Amino acid sequence: MKYIDGFRNHRTARVITEEIHELAEQAGDARLMEVCGSHTMSIARYGIRKILPRSVRLISGPGCPVCVTDAAYIDAAVELAGKGIHVATFGDMLKVPGSSGTLAGARSEGAHIHVCYSPLDALRIAAENPSEQVVFLAIGFETTIPPVISILKRAAAQNIQNVSILTAFKLVPPALEALADDRDVAVNGFLLPPHVSAIIGAGAYRGFVRDYRLPGVIAGFEPLDILLGVRDLLQQLAEGKAELVNQYERVVREQGNRIALALMDHYLKTADASWRGIGTIPGSGLVLREEFLNYDATVKFGVSVQGGKPDMRCRCGDVLRGIIFPDECPLFNTECTPVSPVGPCMVSSEGSCAAYFKYSR
Amino acid sequence: MTDTERILLGHGGGGRLSRNLIENEIVTRFGGKGPLAGLPDGARLQLGGETLVFSTDSFVVSPLEFPGGDIGKLAVHGTVNDVSVSGAVPLWLSLALIIEEGLEMNTLRRILDSIRTASEEIGVQVVTGDTKVVARGQCDGIYINTAGIGRAIPGLNTAVNKILPGDAVIASGTLGDHGMAVMAAREKLTLNNALESDTASVHRLVAAVSQWADRVKFMRDPTRGGAAAVLGEIVENSSFGISLREESIPYNPDARAVAEVLGIDLLHVASEGRMLLVCSPDIADSLLQSWKKLPEGAGAAIIGEVTEEAGRVVLETQIGGRRMVDIPQGELLPRIC
Repeated sequence: MKYIDGFRNHRTARVITEEIHELAEQAGDARLMEVCGSHTMSIARYGIRKILPRSVRLISGPGCPVCVTDAAYIDAAVELAGKGIHVATFGDMLKVPGSSGTLAGARSEGAHIHVCYSPLDALRIAAENPSEQVVFLAIGFETTIPPVISILKRAAAQNIQNVSILTAFKLVPPALEALADDRDVAVNGFLLPPHVSAIIGAGAYRGFVRDYRLPGVIAGFEPLDILLGVRDLLQQLAEGKAELVNQYERVVREQGNRIALALMDHYLKTADASWRGIGTIPGSGLVLREEFLNYDATVKFGVSVQGGKPDMRCRCGDVLRGIIFPDECPLFNTECTPVSPVGPCMVSSEGSCAAYFKYSR
Repeated sequence: MTDTERILLGHGGGGRLSRNLIENEIVTRFGGKGPLAGLPDGARLQLGGETLVFSTDSFVVSPLEFPGGDIGKLAVHGTVNDVSVSGAVPLWLSLALIIEEGLEMNTLRRILDSIRTASEEIGVQVVTGDTKVVARGQCDGIYINTAGIGRAIPGLNTAVNKILPGDAVIASGTLGDHGMAVMAAREKLTLNNALESDTASVHRLVAAVSQWADRVKFMRDPTRGGAAAVLGEIVENSSFGISLREESIPYNPDARAVAEVLGIDLLHVASEGRMLLVCSPDIADSLLQSWKKLPEGAGAAIIGEVTEEAGRVVLETQIGGRRMVDIPQGELLPRIC
């Protein structure tokens, strides 16, 4: 904890904050998007918005895997659970509303829903219940994908055949391009996700930053990381530059994690993916390659992930694109609260609406 | 049938869902008047010239034995603490056991020994009890219910409506150790640390403050829902708020490490041997010193003060920002990335 506390130092924070205020005067109005849900949470948890100048607005992006999970995906998971299949999942997914129900509701009616801290738990459950089927809800960005995929390798090695995955993997760089192309979004710079970058490498963004002429800074999750990221973005805006800065060099390398990338490439191929509230983004998803479809729960159990009907009044899509702030949604803190969320952004501990509800009302 | 028409695990989490359940389904049926009004930890009952405090609590912790304690110790401390923070000296306990078929006799013996040791240390007597055995699978090893009776300490009658802006908020030690120790044990998190539950009785902490009885405004043991739930509850519908200083809040570094890994806010995590207290600012330092002399109060600290910002608990963060501290909503869930 001593190491981490270094990145939460009060005095250093004050020095950087002063710099930010000076740079903000030269940079003009800045709309900076933090793409990652953990950034959103950290910003709220440390009260960072309160110490930034008014001209600097931090906008939360679509980087919370739970938040961009389609209602149809939840429906499929609930359907699987209804068939008596054990569903293993990260806890945040329990309360995400599908078209009609949630996994938490299914569990209270007796479905076998297991909350996991690690995808390996799914493998353990499968090994302990050889006559039952286990499906792991495989959602997540580049950070989460390798550990999830690694269970398939282990399942093969241990000859565990009763485990499969329901994939909704998403990729960050295609989403950045879609956001930059979206005229409603109007962002001046990106605070890029640190752990995703540890996997894909800083190099993965160079083309994007150059082609779209938008500054990008890879920053860690600690408050000083975030403040430094904001400072670097403002500095570039003040100087009229658009560069990629890796502020998180203590973890992120230019080439990323080659072992993880090779593992992903072995099992998965890119596909179009549907993002809740945003729509389909070409090439922004990963699905199992043909030779591994025996691990694909949709194939194995004949369920489809299509045609979900989310509550149309929910404006998670606008929140995820930074078009409105969570408290500008008419459902916020009226019909939609963490206890009975209407949209996924209110569910996940990393969701923008949950962060606003929790820390900034 | 919607989710809200069935009991969810979150209804037992000590947060907003639990509150709703109790207020909408229980208080409406049993009346919010008399000793039940305001849902205190313990009921104050007048019996002749004597004021008794009566409280009950059930224990379903898993695993049954965890670093720093077990379900037996917890069952004594939990009820003793509810009686103590209601301003009373705990005297008698009831002990009801619901045991699952197949529980190892030696496990039961260890738990019973632990109940005996804990009650002897405190000086409470187990005076009545009950034993039931249910078929395998119908409970998780053993569930324990205890009820406790204590004698009210004269003058020590706390009430939220006595709290005024400027009052001090004091914690008797590091917050959240119990919840994190149990969660780490349950999930078999091998973080290579020696985090132990803080389970302990607070009766001596309460006895120590009785000399300032008229200036102690509020006492509570922050169990389920943690300090956030306790403080959130007292500012709700009140004309004051509370401001906490993150730097002043005592945390165990090991608990912080586990919370950091699981993405959990320690203010939401249960302690089982700690107290939160609100008192007049003039006695805050003396009270703190008196607590620090006791082993169970050695880590005590003034963590914040009462403000005029009605209804809000605000945290001044380590880096100088400000944010709200909310009442936890339901189950504590691990984060996913």
